[in-house]
Amino acid sequence: MIEIAAILAIAAFLLIGLLFTLVAAIGLLKLADPMTRLHAPTKAGTLGTGAFLMASMIHSFTFTTGALHEILIMAFLFVTAPVSANFISRVNIHRRTCDTPPPPGDGTTWSTLDVPEEDREYRERVG
Amino acid sequence: MMKPFRKLFPHPALTILMAGVWMLLQPEFSAGMAVFGLILGIIIPIGTARWWPDRPEHIAVGKMLAYCLLVLWDIVVANVQVAWIVLTKPNDRMRPAWVVVPLDLRTPEAISILAGTITLTPGTVSADLSDNGRSLLVHALDAPDPDAVRDDIKHRYERRLKEIFR
Repeated sequence: MIEIAAILAIAAFLLIGLLFTLVAAIGLLKLADPMTRLHAPTKAGTLGTGAFLMASMIHSFTFTTGALHEILIMAFLFVTAPVSANFISRVNIHRRTCDTPPPPGDGTTWSTLDVPEEDREYRERVG
Repeated sequence: MMKPFRKLFPHPALTILMAGVWMLLQPEFSAGMAVFGLILGIIIPIGTARWWPDRPEHIAVGKMLAYCLLVLWDIVVANVQVAWIVLTKPNDRMRPAWVVVPLDLRTPEAISILAGTITLTPGTVSADLSDNGRSLLVHALDAPDPDAVRDDIKHRYERRLKEIFR
């Protein structure tokens, strides 16, 4: 009885994961510019992978001795995914492949757009 | 009295965390691996202390757990919303926007957690920090009203983080 319930739960989580991974792939193809395209995969990383790992965890606890490795995968993913998303968006800002963001409003500039004092003249000449 | 303790454990929480992660990595629990994990947990923070000189003084652990649950719930809800936007909204009707969030948080740990939370919750990605570290640049996938996004981030997440890192 428990095994049937577990199998149904595993199937449900696999389907949820599949659905969100598919949406992420569609988003990657459909969205138009680099910054909005960034939104699709970072999201699949959270709920899509989370659902797959949940299914894996239910499976390991019902049919073998349970393992908690999935929690670690989730933790590492949650820590590293924002960092890579941040790096990609910084590259976008730096290479001007997206709209230039508005200034912070307190007289400073965004750290990616900041040019060191000695390079400013060169930057203005090159554009 | 406090000095040698701080020298040996620059980040006590990190020591416990590393030992715990090491034990979770093992296929089964054994005392030898627990000791080895503890040794790693002592050596690694000492070796990396130079790049992480300060540590947050007070962390409200209970509130931190509540915050994690809130973020997990938000991830699920917002994922569904973003999936709906991606599937049904035509590109030319989407309103992507840059949102500037002025920060009240000052500790680097708290700002990192806030930036991570913003990226993990679908629809928003934290893109950059201002030079003086007092504003955060956020990109929103579909925000007809960017000010509402900013207020939402400030009230929902930053206020709670301010209570956690006092």
